[in-house]
Amino acid sequence: VFALVLHYRAEKYYYFYIFRAIDEDRKLKYNAIVKIQRWFRACRVRAYLRHLSKMTILIQKWWRGYLRRKHFREIVERAYFIKKLKFYNEMAVRIQKIWRGYYVRKYIHNFYALKKYLEAVSVNNELVRSELQEYAEMREDEEKIKDLEKKEKEKKYQARKMHYLLSTKKIPGIYNSPFRKAPDPMELLIRNSKPLTHRKQVKSSFADELYDWPTCKKPPAFVSSLPLLPPDRQKPQGPFRHPAEVLQQRYKPLEPTLRVRESMNSPAAKTRAGTRGEEWKNPIHDNEFLQFSSYHKNYEKYEPSLRRSGKYGQEAYGTKHFREVYPEKWIADK
Amino acid sequence: NSGVVCLLRPLLLDIVPSIRQTTALALGRLADYDVELAEAVVKAGILPQLICALPEENRYYKKAAAFVLRAIAKHSPQLAQAVVHCGALEMLVICLEDFDPGVKEGATWAFGYIARHNPELSQAVVDAGAVPLLVLCIQEPEIALKRIAASTLSDISKHSPELAQTVVDAGAIGHLAHMILNPDAKLKRQVLSALSQIAKHSVDLAELVVEAEIFPVVLTCLKDSDEYVKKNGATLIREIAKHTPELSQLVVNSGGVAAVIDCIGSCRGTVRLPGIMTLGYVAAHSENLSMAVIVSKGIQPLSICLIEEHEDHIKAAAAWALGQIGRHTTEHARHVAVANVLPTLLDIYVDTRSSEDLKMKASRFLKALKNILQKCTYLPALEPLLHEAPPNIMKHIIGQFSKVLPHDSKARRLFVTTGGLKKVQEIKAEPGSLLQEYINTINNCYPEEIVR
Repeated sequence: VFALVLHYRAEKYYYFYIFRAIDEDRKLKYNAIVKIQRWFRACRVRAYLRHLSKMTILIQKWWRGYLRRKHFREIVERAYFIKKLKFYNEMAVRIQKIWRGYYVRKYIHNFYALKKYLEAVSVNNELVRSELQEYAEMREDEEKIKDLEKKEKEKKYQARKMHYLLSTKKIPGIYNSPFRKAPDPMELLIRNSKPLTHRKQVKSSFADELYDWPTCKKPPAFVSSLPLLPPDRQKPQGPFRHPAEVLQQRYKPLEPTLRVRESMNSPAAKTRAGTRGEEWKNPIHDNEFLQFSSYHKNYEKYEPSLRRSGKYGQEAYGTKHFREVYPEKWIADK
Repeated sequence: NSGVVCLLRPLLLDIVPSIRQTTALALGRLADYDVELAEAVVKAGILPQLICALPEENRYYKKAAAFVLRAIAKHSPQLAQAVVHCGALEMLVICLEDFDPGVKEGATWAFGYIARHNPELSQAVVDAGAVPLLVLCIQEPEIALKRIAASTLSDISKHSPELAQTVVDAGAIGHLAHMILNPDAKLKRQVLSALSQIAKHSVDLAELVVEAEIFPVVLTCLKDSDEYVKKNGATLIREIAKHTPELSQLVVNSGGVAAVIDCIGSCRGTVRLPGIMTLGYVAAHSENLSMAVIVSKGIQPLSICLIEEHEDHIKAAAAWALGQIGRHTTEHARHVAVANVLPTLLDIYVDTRSSEDLKMKASRFLKALKNILQKCTYLPALEPLLHEAPPNIMKHIIGQFSKVLPHDSKARRLFVTTGGLKKVQEIKAEPGSLLQEYINTINNCYPEEIVR
């Protein structure tokens, strides 16, 4: 302060400046003191508040501890229970997860069964396809055979129709050209076939009506009147009998023997039954008569008498034929 | 037309029977030739005279009368109704009870033509008590009679389930199933068509037909040399397979799918159509059945059909069938895509879209494509489609790419090298649409420099 004051030369203001300096000094000091005091009071208050809050915390701590210790057991039990529940839920979820995965994989979306099924389906398909293929081939073969047979039949019919083209001894036929080494197959076919005769095939519808008479014991009455065949029909060549005769023979009434006529239970039949066993043991005919077998042809050949035998074996006239016919010359029946 | 019908009328009542017969034959031939003549015959009121004394007449007259009735009834429902009005049905039933097979054939044929037109006429035929007699006719030894009886039963049962039930109640199914084994081709045609008309109405009827043990005999019909036998056999299998998954399962287990596939491969034209639809129905029921169809090598013939056939409805059916096969899971879609079907489908779709009148067919191709694409994760098959597809299909394709690319690094590399990423950038999409999201997802899989 005095340093300041010393700088001013005017001495009349000497006390003024000094007092002013002292006053400012005093104010400065006053402000500083107030600041210090203020700060100190604030510290005190803060310390007090801190203390207060510490005390309240303490009190609350003790109070809460007391309350908790009172309900401690319940709380622990509850927490324990919740923990157990959570654990069990976890485990249950795990089990359900595993079970559901297993079930779906095994029963609903069974992959391996599906694979096996698809393999089985393809195997079955192969089987079905092969079988169907065989069936189709079989059908084709049948059709081919039918076609072939039809063609054969056609050819044979043609050969029969063209029988007149056969080559004779003098004149070679069309198919037997002299410049060929061997005759044409058509020629051979014609040689082997019967000539075609266009005879009218008479259909006897009368035969159908005869079938309506299954149990007739005598020939139908209209047989003798004969309206059967058309009147302008050409009589066929050959030794044919009269149709009426044939019918009569066909419908000859049954004339059973005495033995057949008797019933099974008549006394005569019964007495015969006794001797049947003996008849079986001692048959009269050892060679059983066989009606339609070739036994007669083969084993009972007719042995001709010496009188009828010719120079080169048996003469056919008198046994095989009785007329002047030469069947070798007939062409229609070859 | 020159009053011939009026001239013939009095001859019908002549004393000499052969004149009556010849008149009836003449009337029949006239009516057979033309609709107007048939109408003239009906208008002249000949029918009541024709059939008034029918029971006492001989078999030739009955045959001729049946011929007249059938010739009139075949032209239109109104003429058939007129025939029914005259009380012809009772007379025809009397003819059916006759011994001569020719008379029975004529009567059966007349019934067939009457019953063909609409359900009411069929009901009238059934009410006249014809069905048991028809079933008896089927058992006769003459093949022609069997054929006609089978075709008549087929015509009766095609209209409604009740009529089919009536036919079944008369015990027709057993005899029809037995006749499948007959070697005659035309008979087999009619028998198979009759069985398929019965089976088509409901599950119970189809099960009844199946219980008659037609499998696996029906499969031999699919190998027959006659085209229409194959077609009708495939129709029968289709009608059975379309009802429930169990019936389709039965068809698959008996190897029917393989036989149908072979049949498709060997035929050409409309004959293939029922076979294609059978495969579609079988595959539609469940994914296991669809897998069974794939395993039986079904996709190849279907794709050949798509390419080869000229008719639109056959192509549409083949596309539908492929859609049904491929729509179940990614495995199925992969099998379909591997067979190189998708480009063909796309081409056909673009073609049909360009011609306006085929809109419905185009929508079918579109649906089939969509179904397959939604499950297809086989990227090499999707690549070529990327370059040619119209916008509505493009979003499905891009969607599939956006599902697969984030996870598969090799696929990402391939996508870039084949120029797919460039194509994706060229697509313009409205922001906020689904397409834009897919494009963003794809772009996010790649680092920035490559995208730009």
